[in-house]
Amino acid sequence: MNFVPHTQDQTKEMLRTIGVVGIEDLFKDIAPELRAKSFNIPEGKSESEVVEMFKKMASKNFTHLCNFVGAGFYDHYIPAAVDAVSGRPEFYTAYTPYQPECSQGWLQSIFEYQTSIAEITGLDSANASLYDGGTALCEAAMMAIRVTGRRKIIVDSGVNLVYRTMLYTYTSNLDIEFVETPVVHGQSSRDEIYKCLDDKTAALILQNPNFFGAVDDHTDIADKAHKCGALVIQSVYPIALGMIKSPGEMNIDIATGEGQSLGIPLSFGGPYLGFMAVRNEYIRKMPGRIVGETTDLDGKRGFVLTLQTREQHIRREKATSNICSNEALMALRAVIFLSLLGREGLKELAELIYKKTEFAKSVFDKVPGVQVKRSAPTFNEFTMCLPRNADEVVNHMIDKGFACGFPLGRFYKGMDNYLLIAITEKRTKEDIVKFAESLEAVLCN
Amino acid sequence: MQLIFEKSVKGRRGYKIAKCDVLSKAEFPDKYRRKKECNLPEVSELDVVRHYTNLSKMNFSVDSNYYPLGSCTMKYNPKFTEKIAGMTGFMDMHPLLPQLLGGGILAQGSLEVLFKAERMLCEITGMDAFTMQPMAGAHGELTGAMLIAKYHKERGQKRKYVIVPDSSHGTNPASAAIVGFEVKVIPTGKEGDMDFELFRKAMNNEVAAVMLTCPNTLGIFNPRIKDICDEAHKAGALVYYDGANLNAILGKVRPGDLGFDIVHLNLHKTFATPHGGGGPGAGPVGVKESLAEYLPIPRVVKRSDGTFALHYHKPSSIGYVAPFYGNFSVVLKSLAYILFLGKTGLIEASEYAVLNANYIRAVLSKYYDVPYNKICMHEFVMSAEKQKKQNHVSALDIAKYLIDNGIHPPTVYFPLIVKEALMIEPTETESKETLDIFINLMIEIAKVCESEPGKLQEAPVRMPVRRLDETKAARDPKLRWYPQAAK
Repeated sequence: MNFVPHTQDQTKEMLRTIGVVGIEDLFKDIAPELRAKSFNIPEGKSESEVVEMFKKMASKNFTHLCNFVGAGFYDHYIPAAVDAVSGRPEFYTAYTPYQPECSQGWLQSIFEYQTSIAEITGLDSANASLYDGGTALCEAAMMAIRVTGRRKIIVDSGVNLVYRTMLYTYTSNLDIEFVETPVVHGQSSRDEIYKCLDDKTAALILQNPNFFGAVDDHTDIADKAHKCGALVIQSVYPIALGMIKSPGEMNIDIATGEGQSLGIPLSFGGPYLGFMAVRNEYIRKMPGRIVGETTDLDGKRGFVLTLQTREQHIRREKATSNICSNEALMALRAVIFLSLLGREGLKELAELIYKKTEFAKSVFDKVPGVQVKRSAPTFNEFTMCLPRNADEVVNHMIDKGFACGFPLGRFYKGMDNYLLIAITEKRTKEDIVKFAESLEAVLCN
Repeated sequence: MQLIFEKSVKGRRGYKIAKCDVLSKAEFPDKYRRKKECNLPEVSELDVVRHYTNLSKMNFSVDSNYYPLGSCTMKYNPKFTEKIAGMTGFMDMHPLLPQLLGGGILAQGSLEVLFKAERMLCEITGMDAFTMQPMAGAHGELTGAMLIAKYHKERGQKRKYVIVPDSSHGTNPASAAIVGFEVKVIPTGKEGDMDFELFRKAMNNEVAAVMLTCPNTLGIFNPRIKDICDEAHKAGALVYYDGANLNAILGKVRPGDLGFDIVHLNLHKTFATPHGGGGPGAGPVGVKESLAEYLPIPRVVKRSDGTFALHYHKPSSIGYVAPFYGNFSVVLKSLAYILFLGKTGLIEASEYAVLNANYIRAVLSKYYDVPYNKICMHEFVMSAEKQKKQNHVSALDIAKYLIDNGIHPPTVYFPLIVKEALMIEPTETESKETLDIFINLMIEIAKVCESEPGKLQEAPVRMPVRRLDETKAARDPKLRWYPQAAK
């Protein structure tokens, strides 16, 4: 049984209809010299054998550690209703809604997702999603180049290093100039950014809260950039938008971000959800699928994929992007998550996480030799300096049951003693206090 | 149906947030605080569940409808792979855990999955190394185009063209263009293959690569495929295999043996992971040894003691195309599918996919034009041009009538080289009974075209909406709901 339902008689009958004797006759045009030289795959197993095999592999992962690692990807609780509803096969075994009349469920869900993303970012419109926060940022950069016709991009060092690396990979064959500006006292350096801004600048890329967890208000920077005719791109953490000033309120042109925190499991890096929202003047330059509202022959409201003349299946090499699919199922999870929380729930969740983070900061700061960095306000994540190499401390903390944060020396020279710590609503007072006690014990030895 | 926003009632709540269990007097500084309200709906959990459950019922899906959407391989997605992806040990894995000191140790299970998947895909395709990073087919193409650019750059060559046949997927030229290549398009010859003579003429030392789907989008296996690879190699160009149609040839042909240098696979197609309404997919890229050093980082390696690790130090790598290791849980489900089917099962999948396609073609070619009517692979393209000319019934009309009858239409108007195209890919998991229902309906349609064309032009009439005004949607884009007050 390999999901092939044919009986032998049916197979014979079908072959007769085709006018051949055996199945192999259907492949006879493929000459012997073109045939596979090897196909050394083990023979199949039963369902229970395969499940057991993976159970064994899964058990080798250390998911039981109390997790304080974030760096853009967070261990949030996922309400059961998100799994239950997005787990309906009418959603997950469908494909791109090319035929709108038999895909209204998907199309309306994406329209609602687009609305939710526009609302939380404070911008006008959003697309139907992109692969992840990193590719969303790369697409935003390319979009700014198309809009402005310029080829210089300023990138704040507070942008996640992984995303910056992706940006350089994506554009390595194109003639684009990148300038990185430093983070000073935790926040974007106005002086350095203003020095670099000129009439050749296509875009300025910022992140809020930045990689080190610092929250900023980029309104002043956006104003200066707009005076030079540059677009401002901001990568944001969606849960934080329940509390922090939104991209729309700072006059940001394109907001992007990683939607994993909106009801999507960590799953070792994917699938995730890239979101993108823009001001209305740019919607026709936006990459990716977009769903729009329209009416049917009877004047009834309905939804369709729209602005498709931007896309590869029509424009081929002249398309705004090569993107074909989106991450619809992840977008669905996000809109279900955001609908469950609602306007008050998102605010309350953000408030709760902020309070817990501040509590953790105050508790960790009391551990002898540990210094929590406080140069800028933070939301859910902060850095702290340890009296010795963070990598070694991390190792001892694993023995005590903690994934105690991301050692910044992995990404940044001279930060070997620093840890980046993330707090979510799942971390209890007890977790935080135990973390501090364990850290103290580790540092004493 | 109302939007979830239109069901909002002030003060209603759908989710209980935990009480704060810590004491902190800290107040978030007002300067950085959001002032503008965020108009998310105020609804109960039941409101949300019922709303999206009812929306789900307005979709056709593989689990509920026959879905012969050409080029998309809408085969049955086994349920046990969902169960595996939902195991806590996989689902709760933070992607940065391997970054903790000795971190490989913390993620041995996940790294083993990636390593095994790479070995399997190498054997299935005849390639030497694979990256799991690309998150969709088009993303794989983009990665492939970057590898092509890197390969020539490392050899001090500036090659500016990529050749694609006119039957190719739109993503091929778009992906090549985004990496900075110019695209040369080769027409299709009489047999439905890329015109070999025109291809040969277009080949020179300015061509960086040829991108091909084999079998192509007409479902035809090009018998000169190896000659094309040889010709390209002679001119110093690379040959790229778009794996969208790999479901036709598992165990029969391996792109690596034919001479292809780079391949991408669409795991969601061939290896049966759910299409999720348009994603997530996964588009791993495989290469021959000569290109392995350029693959994205990190690479998963097996140490001599049998444990697994991530390697980041690869100075020739193109860099990062994804933040981590790609759409891990999609790779996971595909690996489970491969291990379940095994060698015989995979070969059988291709054989029956091809049998099903030929069965439908053999019957329907009596009623419709099939421009390249010969033994096909896993899909074939027919044309409603005759119906259009004689009865003013278009491929779109036929598609809409199928919808009224509970069948998801084939891909229409693609490939672009066939007028009024209907591209049919039945897949191996559909029974003869289902195929016969489809076939009989298509025969009925051919007759209705002559007797009552209006019935087709009117369709659909049984769906929640009738035909939608797409021009209006594009001319006056309404891409979101607005709160009443703000209108």
